[in-house]
Amino acid sequence: MKTNAVNMTEKEYLLPGSRTCPGCALSLAYRHILKALEGQVIVTVPASCLTVLHGMYPVTSVTAPCVNTPFASTAASATGLVAGLKALGKDGVTVLAIAGDGGTHDIGLQALSAAAERQNDFLYICYDNEGYMNTGNQRSGSTPLGALSGTTPILGKQQNQKDITAIMEAHGIPYVATANASYPLDLYEKVRKARTIRGTRFIHVFTPCSPGWSFPFSDTIRIGKLAVETGWVILYEVEDGIFRLTSASESIAKRDNLRPLREYLMEQGRFKNITEDQINELQGWVNARWKRCLDRAVNL
Amino acid sequence: MIFVGKKMVRRATTRILDGNHAAAQGAKLSRVQVIAAYPITPQSPVTETLSEFVEGGELDAQYIAVESEHSALAVCTSASMVGARTFTATSAHGLAYMHEMLHWAAGARLPVVLACVNRAIGAPWNVLNDQQDSISQRDTGWIQIYARNNQEILDSIIQAYKIAESVYVPVMVCYDGYILSHTEMPVDIPSQEDVDRFLPLYKPHTILDPANPKNYNLVTLANPRVNTEGVLCHGYMELRYLLQEALQNSRETITTVGREFGELFGRSYASMFWEDRLDDADIVIVAMGSLAMEAIVAADMLREAGNKVGVLGLRVFRPFPKSDVVQALEKSRLVVIFDKNISYGLEGATCSEIKSALYGSSINAVIRNFIVGLGGRDVKARELVDAVNKSLLSVKEGDLNKEYPEWICDI
Repeated sequence: MKTNAVNMTEKEYLLPGSRTCPGCALSLAYRHILKALEGQVIVTVPASCLTVLHGMYPVTSVTAPCVNTPFASTAASATGLVAGLKALGKDGVTVLAIAGDGGTHDIGLQALSAAAERQNDFLYICYDNEGYMNTGNQRSGSTPLGALSGTTPILGKQQNQKDITAIMEAHGIPYVATANASYPLDLYEKVRKARTIRGTRFIHVFTPCSPGWSFPFSDTIRIGKLAVETGWVILYEVEDGIFRLTSASESIAKRDNLRPLREYLMEQGRFKNITEDQINELQGWVNARWKRCLDRAVNL
Repeated sequence: MIFVGKKMVRRATTRILDGNHAAAQGAKLSRVQVIAAYPITPQSPVTETLSEFVEGGELDAQYIAVESEHSALAVCTSASMVGARTFTATSAHGLAYMHEMLHWAAGARLPVVLACVNRAIGAPWNVLNDQQDSISQRDTGWIQIYARNNQEILDSIIQAYKIAESVYVPVMVCYDGYILSHTEMPVDIPSQEDVDRFLPLYKPHTILDPANPKNYNLVTLANPRVNTEGVLCHGYMELRYLLQEALQNSRETITTVGREFGELFGRSYASMFWEDRLDDADIVIVAMGSLAMEAIVAADMLREAGNKVGVLGLRVFRPFPKSDVVQALEKSRLVVIFDKNISYGLEGATCSEIKSALYGSSINAVIRNFIVGLGGRDVKARELVDAVNKSLLSVKEGDLNKEYPEWICDI
């Protein structure tokens, strides 16, 4: 049965009044991730915006059990939780490791890659706001070409982001998917599916960041949708090697109506210094990836 | 069955083991549930032996072959958070790489036990023994125990769990690379049944459980803060006070556990340090780890020459047994401290601790510090004797305390 707003789990695990910025896509995504796991979860979180969302001792906005762990150690912490639960004979609980792009693409990649190679049994979610937003917006391995940040303040970033989902897929893990906070039902279904699979599972969740990317905080959902409509984000899943486009990306592919990337870039202050050459380079990158996805998708 | 004192104990098996195998046996007898480790010389045989126990079905544990020491300790801390008894082992660069997680494990008050096979740290590369690695981690909030021989390695690991799980502070059991790790000697291996009697199952104080959701290690402000029920909860500073208090109070636990161990197994660890002929000694040699054994040989030689020499072999470096040390050094007029580490710009770490312990006491002994054995440089009993004689001579000539340590090397 397709998930809709009516049949989705009613219970909330993320309480109102968290410490996130207004218009935070992460809080929306996290709300649906926790709903999909229905409380049967133990979460591990490194230093990140999510740490801020979780609150300050002795008050938290999250009713799921959670351990905070140092920045580089998210996947190792998840491995430890899984090993500890197994050693004690406790099952039926999903271990969720959830980190930002800094904690995934950069400082946490070694531990994540090793855990995936060991096929440790947990769900890893990278919420990607394309920079070190918790420390005030510095460039990360996920910051796009041309984007201004605290450490690319004048010229903008001179390199494009790495494709973390492709990197994770190359580990041969049983499930990888992309999602977007603006498409919560698609995200919800992917987490539900991932929950039933054993081994390392990876979901990349695109989470636009109003203060970091310089767009009005009322536009978070619109920016997230524009990212999909222009192909900057492609919604898909790869289950046991079978690649399927999902949700809006599936519809766009079927209608063949991908919009120009420029429309997405121009909405954000972080791209105000981007050059025409950089826009063309990014468009070429998007086109090539879109074609690869169309070629691979079994559901078109 | 045999009797030790009034207690009935099943006979232990004596085997010829190197230090690494003794450590692995200690972990196995402690029924560790999660092991995570990364190979490094000279610790690697510990990881191999434990893997063999697990794969061979001798030990019912999860063995995680991690990609780094940072991850090894992250696995252990998180496994400990869900209630498992955890073990890891490392050396030198591995311990340095763990530094952040060492703080985290102590800060989260998790009773992880770590075997540190002491090795020199680069640059330049050196795989041989000194104690710079564990000494460099002294301020991470871990209890540090140093073994003099392989029996003490095995015994200390079993005791470490009982101590850690009583005071909720992680314990590092340190032993000298190669000198102990790769040197075989007879080791009594107690029966599993006896160890089970000594070491009950781990009862965690923190458990991550969906049935009772809690958030651990949240951002904590400096000042106390009120929770949703109006109760004032600790700030960061109070949590740090509690860690210090736990280490201060752990002295009693460490000696009680050591005494209980002795009652059951016939080898008592009721003191934080080993004493050799301190009763009448006016010259005391201080050393830690296997060097404390070599010091006994040196004391024999010095006694033969008519000197009243004793040895204080430091067993527990953190918490540091200040008042006990003062008492033990009461009769001394010369204390010669040998350090296999150096706090660059000052002196050896154990020398600083002893000096600090003596401050304000009535003891006004001359203190001499020698840096020895770095990077595996052999330390002979004869060299210890020469250092003591040299100190005696210069003291006689009126040259008392020196500002910096002397080095036993070719410069």
